[in-house]
Amino acid sequence: MNRTVLSRRVLAGVAIAALALAGCSSKGDTTTDPSASADASGLASLSGELKASGASFPNTYYQEVILSLKDAAPNFKVTYNSIGSGAGKKEYGSGLVDFAGTDSTVKDTDGVAAGSYLYIPTVAAPITVSYNLKGVDKLQLSPVTLAKIFQREIKTWNAPEIVADNPGVTLPATAISVAHRSDGSGTTNNFTKYLAAAAADAWKLGSGDTVAWPADTQAGAKNTGVAQLIKAADGGIGYVDLSDAKDSGLAFAAIKNKDGQYVLPTLEGATAALAGAEVKDDLTFNPLNAAGAATYPITAPTYLLVKPKYGDPKKAELVKAFVKYVLTDGKAIAAEVNYAVLPTELQAKALAQLDKVS
Amino acid sequence: MTILDKSAQLTRKDRGRHADRLFWALCVSAGFAVLVILALILITMVKQAYPAFSADFFTSSTWIPNDPDGDGPGKPVYGTLAFLYGTLVVSAIAVIVAVPVSVGIALFLTELAPRRIRTAIVTLIDLLAAVPSVVFGLWGILVVAPALGPVYTWLHDVLGGIPVLGSLFGEPRSSGRTFMTAGLILAIMIVPIITSIAREVFATVPDSDKQAAWALGATRWEMIKGAVLPHSFGGVVGAVILGLGRAMGETIAVALVIGSSVQITANLFESGYALPAIIVDQWGESTGVFTSALIGMGVVLFVITVLVNLVARFVVRRAEIRMRGAAA
Repeated sequence: MNRTVLSRRVLAGVAIAALALAGCSSKGDTTTDPSASADASGLASLSGELKASGASFPNTYYQEVILSLKDAAPNFKVTYNSIGSGAGKKEYGSGLVDFAGTDSTVKDTDGVAAGSYLYIPTVAAPITVSYNLKGVDKLQLSPVTLAKIFQREIKTWNAPEIVADNPGVTLPATAISVAHRSDGSGTTNNFTKYLAAAAADAWKLGSGDTVAWPADTQAGAKNTGVAQLIKAADGGIGYVDLSDAKDSGLAFAAIKNKDGQYVLPTLEGATAALAGAEVKDDLTFNPLNAAGAATYPITAPTYLLVKPKYGDPKKAELVKAFVKYVLTDGKAIAAEVNYAVLPTELQAKALAQLDKVS
Repeated sequence: MTILDKSAQLTRKDRGRHADRLFWALCVSAGFAVLVILALILITMVKQAYPAFSADFFTSSTWIPNDPDGDGPGKPVYGTLAFLYGTLVVSAIAVIVAVPVSVGIALFLTELAPRRIRTAIVTLIDLLAAVPSVVFGLWGILVVAPALGPVYTWLHDVLGGIPVLGSLFGEPRSSGRTFMTAGLILAIMIVPIITSIAREVFATVPDSDKQAAWALGATRWEMIKGAVLPHSFGGVVGAVILGLGRAMGETIAVALVIGSSVQITANLFESGYALPAIIVDQWGESTGVFTSALIGMGVVLFVITVLVNLVARFVVRRAEIRMRGAAA
């Protein structure tokens, strides 16, 4: 008796799992179908395995791309391990992975030899300044105010600086509680870089994956940890990437950009920032505090590091195929997971850079 | 016939000698392997941490891992005192809370509890030891920390005016992620360790000692005080040291609930940081001297653990000598 009940349950479970799988694969098909047709034959014949690791910031996007690639090229297996930009660069430098993801450019101390890598920009995403303040659903902040808030020079929400940024809004006297990342993070790096660029005179903590935050601030692990801290306290504020801020249902502030406009964090604002940024010859660029009226100024870029010369021509072919897929077919997925795609001009440059790989 | 054969085999001379030698070699190499591994860990860690060792590393509580002014005169500062302080404070809270509870549970189990309840409680406590620390950490930030916030506020209001207690129980952090919360979570984590060892130790007290105490007209407490505790003091201290070691090395649970503020303050209701917590938080994005500094903190933790163990041995030996003296 028991056994039949059990087997029925198992059957039901299998059926549900099968349904779920079917749902996933059909969804994958619809997202890749329109764009994949051009390259489908080339991809389907690929077989092999690539290992990569690095930045956690674009991880959601890369995982979605890898998932959809599985449908287009069933024998081509890519794994991306999100261990952080620093650790990713270390692994790349010691040859453990075929390519690496990084939010920051390579420095001398990263353990990656000069000339052993090419930058390929892939996506960008806005970093929101999320807040939790009862009765306030629209907030505007200028970079200097933002710098003062995160340095604990402004401690209440009705401080004159915040009031000046928000004409016509009544702000409560609630105490501000600042949340930041406890782990070293490219998000912190980009956020502090932005403050250092846009509020150079007011911001004194410099920039980096971790900075010396004042002692009376709070720290949470990863984006979700920061989002949770903001949600937990009335008067909370912190920086969270767009997808996590949306998932947590947080409100975000409009930030004053270089052209003096207050812009909310959106994917369009991020793409505008990429278009406004000056791209260097090695394809690194700085979209933080970029020019343009529609630009959202706290936009973070992310790159893949690929080798200019792989010893094995087959490996080179696989890397090129994957990165090309990320840059072209993957674009359709980006918006779903809240990442901004490259503007057309930059995408063309990235593809040209990829051709140098052999 | 067969029996004779066997005995002939056993008594055959060189065979026994070879087996004996082999056994000796195995045991000695196993024993030395531990020392060699420990030495290698220490050597490689010190070597990798060497670039970060400076006066600041051991004496400063300033932690600025980035270069705040780019090419300017400011340099990164890797001072570890705040983390060391946090580790010691949190472990101290854990031990102070956990020891009376664990010893109480162990005494209850060995001296008071009826057999049926005893097995149930032992199973439950062993289960507690099997809970992964990340679960304690998540429980800590989602349930314990928010719930303790108001308690801290109340304690601060009641005790805030008293000189010493007032500085210990200062203005609480609203999120509840504090030294105290981390210490309490750790206390729960080390209770099973201390309890199970203390229970074993109490069970070794000779029945004759206890009977003698009874015969002299001792009450139950007098019997425990006079017969059980002196006999098991060394073992209980050993149990506490094991628990302390666990508390000092605990990483994830502490990283989640301690609040990650780099500061030294007497206020137990403030956020702080601990050595293992900062290592796990910042390892992923560290490079160069920063990485060395994190490894260096591992060395510091290693050395402290060894020191604590040595001190504990010293304490145990002193106490045992004194008690044996009293008994004689």
